[in-house]
Amino acid sequence: MGDTILLAHGSGGKLSHELVEKNLLPFLSNPALNKLDDSAIFEASGRLAFTTDSYVVNPIFFPGGDIGKLAVCGTVNDLAMNGAKPLYLSLSAIIEEGFLISELEQIMQSIKKAAEEAEVSIITGDTKVVNQGQADKLFITTSGVGIISPGVDISGANARAGDKVLLSGTIGDHGISIMSQREGLRFSMTLESDCAPLNKLVSQMLEVSSKIHCLRDPTRGGLATTLNEFARQSKVGIVTEEVKIPVKREVQAACELLGLDPIYVANEGKMVSIVDPGDADRILAQMKQNSYGKDAAIIGEITKEHPGKVIMKTKLGPSRIVDMLSGELLPRIC
Amino acid sequence: MKFIDEYQDSKLAKGLAYKIAKHSTKPIRLMEFCGGHTHAILRCGIRQLVPKTVELRSGPGCPVCVTATADLDKAIDLAHLPDVIITTFGDMIRVPGSYSSLQQAKAEGADVRIVYSTMDALEIAQANPEKSVIFIGIGFETTAPTIAASILTAQQEKIENFYVLSLNKLTPPVMKALLDSGEVKIDGIVCPGHVSVIIGSHPYEFIPKNYGVACVISGFEPLDILLCIDKLVEQIENGDPKVEIAYLRGVKPEGNRKARQLMENVFEVTEANWRGLGIVPQSGLKVRGKYEQFDADKAFSVSPKPPREPKGCRCGDVIRGTATPLECKLFRKVCAPESPVGPCMVSSEGACAAYYQYGAPENSQGF
Amino acid sequence: MCLAVPVRIVSIDGHEAETEIAGVRRRVSIALTPEAKVGDYVLLHTGYAIGVVDEAEAEETLKLLEEIASLSEVH
Repeated sequence: MGDTILLAHGSGGKLSHELVEKNLLPFLSNPALNKLDDSAIFEASGRLAFTTDSYVVNPIFFPGGDIGKLAVCGTVNDLAMNGAKPLYLSLSAIIEEGFLISELEQIMQSIKKAAEEAEVSIITGDTKVVNQGQADKLFITTSGVGIISPGVDISGANARAGDKVLLSGTIGDHGISIMSQREGLRFSMTLESDCAPLNKLVSQMLEVSSKIHCLRDPTRGGLATTLNEFARQSKVGIVTEEVKIPVKREVQAACELLGLDPIYVANEGKMVSIVDPGDADRILAQMKQNSYGKDAAIIGEITKEHPGKVIMKTKLGPSRIVDMLSGELLPRIC
Repeated sequence: MKFIDEYQDSKLAKGLAYKIAKHSTKPIRLMEFCGGHTHAILRCGIRQLVPKTVELRSGPGCPVCVTATADLDKAIDLAHLPDVIITTFGDMIRVPGSYSSLQQAKAEGADVRIVYSTMDALEIAQANPEKSVIFIGIGFETTAPTIAASILTAQQEKIENFYVLSLNKLTPPVMKALLDSGEVKIDGIVCPGHVSVIIGSHPYEFIPKNYGVACVISGFEPLDILLCIDKLVEQIENGDPKVEIAYLRGVKPEGNRKARQLMENVFEVTEANWRGLGIVPQSGLKVRGKYEQFDADKAFSVSPKPPREPKGCRCGDVIRGTATPLECKLFRKVCAPESPVGPCMVSSEGACAAYYQYGAPENSQGF
Repeated sequence: MCLAVPVRIVSIDGHEAETEIAGVRRRVSIALTPEAKVGDYVLLHTGYAIGVVDEAEAEETLKLLEEIASLSEVH
């Protein structure tokens, strides 16, 4: 086989089979997938959670990860955010003709590693190849199924006045590390994306408390957008303090340089939790035991005042409204 | 971060707030000329720290907001020319022109790229010798020298496919135009700190002299702005308007001579078309004849359709300070960041975007 | 127009300098501030250093602000 992906690799014939068996399957191998039937068969009973997401990140390789790691973690996290234990994932790839096979294998290795860490199996998949120019190198879609234990009820609509708002760690790491790679914005830093699977962190939190009301990972749109989503869904107000929100020095500096606000920058390994005030300290302590929660902090609380709105007390003292991100996060000179 | 964090201290902020309240006895109106100041004032909650006697009003210092629609239409038409790569600061990309925007042009297949610096635009030109790379030159005196430097670099390194569309504007002339119009009564001006790093403090001297308006040059951290307001209040209460520098770590009275030299070498002063103000004499920069090979206006010819302003949009009034965003009927109802009607809502420096995002200034009474 | 950030010069190479702020590094042009030296802080705007930060004045300003704050505490 040559170095690059050809249209024939997606046509279902010999080359397609070779691609799957030589370059994809070895990384994902599990009994269900190895059968290579049209569907994967599994048994599960109870309340199931089901989610899907597509990944089109550019650049596909970035400090701390790649599109493969993102595709696994993103879907695992979506399941975990409803309190589900992730079980199985599907993986579809749309590959641009000319894509390097060596890079594809690198991405498959990342997928393997991420799936192992999250303890999920990828049991079904699909590959298509399109003409050059019809896809930006590689697009991946993952869907996931998870199972929710009885009694667990986590939803964006469950926040109640008095609840505490917890953040699992520093914000802005992913978005800034991606931006630092973009043409025209190059600056160098040791910062890496925070891309990570959070399902084990969530299950550890569920072990110490049954009063976790809401969970969400602040991806596109950042912390500010997630808080606003909660405020609207639960019809409550949220009050937060700028000094309590953990931000790495490098992220602060990069945001200063680009004219961005860290609360709007994307994260791929962080989580906002809204919990009963009585359990907040216990949950926080538990989070800090996990490497993905070591910088966790209580950043605010839920109020019945100003429902649907998020207010932040600034470093300086006065408070201001924090709105959702509108449009794209763009660097500015002014 | 050194020279940033220390100027965000809340204890020191309270001290300044106390002093300002103590000395401010009569209602005054201060104009913060620069969009960056509008943004900082609203983001940090400065309005809640100053007494009700001090009113802060935004001025025409947002280079995106004051770019005339006709000029933006020209840039968009240039984007659609074959073998052209448009390089622009992020600020410009979503601003609506008469019929389209640079972002929309990009979606329609034009090659439009956001850059952080003209240095990046030069690199793109070197990497794409068969294309023409046009840099959209917006900004005031802070940015003009950097654009001038890029033209000189292009000349030195023989980067012959690099062009600048000069839409750069000047600060003191537009301040004069605003004061001459007498539309808004201003008692003091929060002068732009980084423009002043380049031009120094002398160019503002005509303002207290001819108009009796106080001028204090301010940095952009919250303490810088509060210190500036404190000095303005003092000048106004004492009836002693003058030009003062509150941003001494950045601004010298003589400014940056080298930067001005570069600017004067490459650009000549010309009239400019300002949104909301129309033509203001001697307020813009155009590439000099000796560098005309880098002048996009000379190298390319486009004929955009006649410009049209969106109905009901009061960006012009907001820019001139004769209205606040709250007084525009479209604000929030029709015009919002995700569906902006005019540039003041698109630009993150625009008064409307700042008011929308951080809450209306009267928010000290509750939300 | 307005966004300029203080960064520290780590090394100089002709018209360009390597600068640093809180671990983030960026190559900048010092064409507008040829007098800048290694160790100086410069104001960075769109990839160019537009002025050298006067550290003595910065100190003075902070001292002034501290004095103002202490006067307000007396009341």
